[in-house]
Amino acid sequence: MTHRGSRVLHVGSLSRVEGEGALRLKVHDGEVTGAQLEIYEPPRFFEAFLRGRAHTEPPDITARVCGICPVAYQMSACAAIEDACGVTVDPAVRELRRLLYCGEWIESQTLHIYLLHAPDFLGRDSAVDLARTHRADVERGLRLKQAGNAIMELLGGRSVHPVNVRLGGFHRTPHKAELRELEERLRRAADDAWETVRWVSGFDFPDARTDADFLALAAPGTYAIETGTPTVLRTDGAYSRFPTYDFLSRVREEQVPHSTALHSRLDGRRHLTGSLARFAVSGSWLSRTAVEAAREAGLGDPYRGAVCRNPYRSILVRAVEVVYAVDEALRIIRTYEPPPRPFVEVPPVAGTGHGATEAPRGLLYHRYALDGEGTVTDAVLVPPTAQNQGAIEDDLRRVAQAALDAGDPAALADSALTGLCERAIRNHDPCISCSAHFLNLTVERTSGGTP
Amino acid sequence: MATAATDPTLAVFKPASCDGCQLTLLNCEDELLTLADRLAIAHFPEASSATAPGPYDIALVEGSVTTSADAERIRAIRAGARHLITLGACATSGGIQALRNFADVDGYRRTVYARPDCITTLATSAPVAEHVRVDFELRGCPIDRGQLLEVLTAFLTGRKPDIPNHSVCFACKRRGTVCVTVAHGTPCLGPVTHAGCGAICPAYGRGCYGCFGPKPDSRLPVLIPLLRRDGMDALARERFQRTFTAAAFAEEGEP
Repeated sequence: MTHRGSRVLHVGSLSRVEGEGALRLKVHDGEVTGAQLEIYEPPRFFEAFLRGRAHTEPPDITARVCGICPVAYQMSACAAIEDACGVTVDPAVRELRRLLYCGEWIESQTLHIYLLHAPDFLGRDSAVDLARTHRADVERGLRLKQAGNAIMELLGGRSVHPVNVRLGGFHRTPHKAELRELEERLRRAADDAWETVRWVSGFDFPDARTDADFLALAAPGTYAIETGTPTVLRTDGAYSRFPTYDFLSRVREEQVPHSTALHSRLDGRRHLTGSLARFAVSGSWLSRTAVEAAREAGLGDPYRGAVCRNPYRSILVRAVEVVYAVDEALRIIRTYEPPPRPFVEVPPVAGTGHGATEAPRGLLYHRYALDGEGTVTDAVLVPPTAQNQGAIEDDLRRVAQAALDAGDPAALADSALTGLCERAIRNHDPCISCSAHFLNLTVERTSGGTP
Repeated sequence: MATAATDPTLAVFKPASCDGCQLTLLNCEDELLTLADRLAIAHFPEASSATAPGPYDIALVEGSVTTSADAERIRAIRAGARHLITLGACATSGGIQALRNFADVDGYRRTVYARPDCITTLATSAPVAEHVRVDFELRGCPIDRGQLLEVLTAFLTGRKPDIPNHSVCFACKRRGTVCVTVAHGTPCLGPVTHAGCGAICPAYGRGCYGCFGPKPDSRLPVLIPLLRRDGMDALARERFQRTFTAAAFAEEGEP
C-alpha cells in the first residue's frame, strides 16, 4: 500500500494565489497528522511604521499592504479614523465609496474566477493556457475585470492604490456626466457577469463542506460592503452580532491543542470570512438579478436563507457577487447627485476608532489610537486571510484525508495530493501579501520541533 | 505556458511587496493575450502553476530585499536572467517598508509580533540594484501600465525604452491641469518627482505625494521653502518625503 508509513508533502511555492506561501502536509499510516498553510512573505512592519504618522495618512499608507485590494484598506482605514474622530460622511460620499468598492469587487473577484480559480476546474495551468481553447471565455473575463478597473480609474485616479480617497470623502467628486460615461461599459459588464455565472455553473464541483462559523458584516437593506455590523452564523444555524469595537475581544489568536500554531478564532471557534459567509449572512439583500443568478447557479434561494458550505462552489458565489456589484454600480451611477462637498473635515480627536469593511476575500478590520494632535499612537490591522487560515487548514486536512480514504492509487501520488491541496487553498482566494504579519505562526511551528 | 520554443521567456519574481505591480501586468487586459503570443510566460507563480526552468530572457522583479534569504535569491535570479527589470517603488527604492531604515528594526519587530525572536529580517529594506546589476528600473507605487508595456516592447525589440526622466510638473502642464501649488497653495512634490503616473494627483485636486520617487537632479532643497510657506512644519515635511519611496527622497536632502 502506498499510504503506509510516514511522508511529508511540501509545496514550496503556491501558485495562483496572491503573495508567497507554501503548504505542508504530514501523513502517518494513512492518517493526515498535519496540514499547514505557510506564509513566508517577508514582514513589512506596517503596524510599526504607522505609529507617529498623521491621522490623515493611513488610507494611503495601508493601501500598500495589498495591491489586490487597496480600496478595502483605504475604506477600513477611513472608517476607523472617522470613528475615532466622531465624523460621519455625507450620504452621497458614502454612495461614491460604495461605487469605488464595487469596482474593486468586480476586478478582484473576476481576477480570481478567471485567472486563478477556473483553470483548476478545467485542468489547466493558467488563464493564458486556458485561452488556447476557451479564448472567448477568457476574453469575457478580462473585459469584465477591466470594467471594474474602469470604475476605480475614474473615481480613484488609478486602479492599484487609487489616489482620490481621503479621510472624510474624496479629493474631488465626479460630475454626473463623468459617471454616466461608465454606464454603457457596465451594461456590457452586466451581460458578461451573467455569462460568467452560467459558465462557472457548468463546472464539476467535488463534494466538500466547511464546518467553520461564518463571519460577515450585515447592513439590513443592502448587501454589506463598506459598512455593517459583524454578524456570526454558526454551523448550528444560530445568528449573533457584535459591535465592531468588540472585534478584538471576539476574534482572538489562540493556541490550539493539536498544534503549536496560533490560530485566529471567533469566540474560541473556527471561523471563515469572505464570499461564502457574506452570501449566507446577507444573501436576501442581493439585487433581484443577483438573486436570480444565484438560483440559476444552483445555490438555492437567497430569499429563503440559502447557505453554501462547499468551498469549491465559492466560485459560484463570487460570480453572483460580481453580478450584484455591477448592478449596484449601475444603480449608484443612475441615481447619483454630486455631494454638497467632496469631503468633510476630520479634525483629530484623542481616542480609539474601529473600522470594518468587506474586502473581496473577507472582513478587514482596522483599529487606530490617536493622540489629540492626530498622531497615530497604535495601529492594528486584521486581514481576512489571517482569520481564514485555520479554516483553510481544516479544509486541507479534510481534502487530503478523503483522498487517502478513497485509496485510489492515482489520487495518492504526491503530485495529485498536492494538486488537491492547492485547490483547497485557492477556494478561499487567500491574499498572502496581506497576512504577512502572521509569519510568526510558521516559524513557531518550526521552532516547536515539528517538521 | 510556453508558446513556441523560440519565443523569448518571461519570469516574474517577488520579494517584499504588495503584489500591485504584478497585478499591473494582469491589468493589461487588452494586451495580455497578445503578449502571451509573443513571449513565453515561463515563471509567474501568481498567474500560472506551470513553471519552466530558467535561464529567462526577461526577469521582472517586484519588491525590495529585506531578508538574507531574499538577498541570496536575488543573486540567483540575476544569474538566471539575460535582462533584469525591476518593477516599482519597492524594487527600485526599497518602498514604504524602507521606513525601517530610519528606525530601530528591533523595536518594529516587538511592535508587530508576539514572538519577535522568531522573525528574521534585515535592518534595511533595499532596492534590488543595491544587491545586483539591474538592466532597467521602472518606477512607481504602483508602476504605470503603459510604461510597463513600453518597457516590455522595447526589450523584446532590442531598443531603449522610451521612459522620460522629467518631473510630474512637466506631465501636469501637458495634461493642462491648473497648478495646485500656485492656485491653491497645496503642498506638492510634483516639481521633484519622476513622471510616469500621468500626473494623476493634481488632476484630482491633491498634491503629488512622490510615489514615483525623485527625478534625476531633483533639487529637493529648492522646494522646501515652498512647502514651509504652504503650512508644512519640519515633521510634516519629513512625513511627506518619507512615505512610498522613503529612502530615495532621503538621499536628496533634509526635509
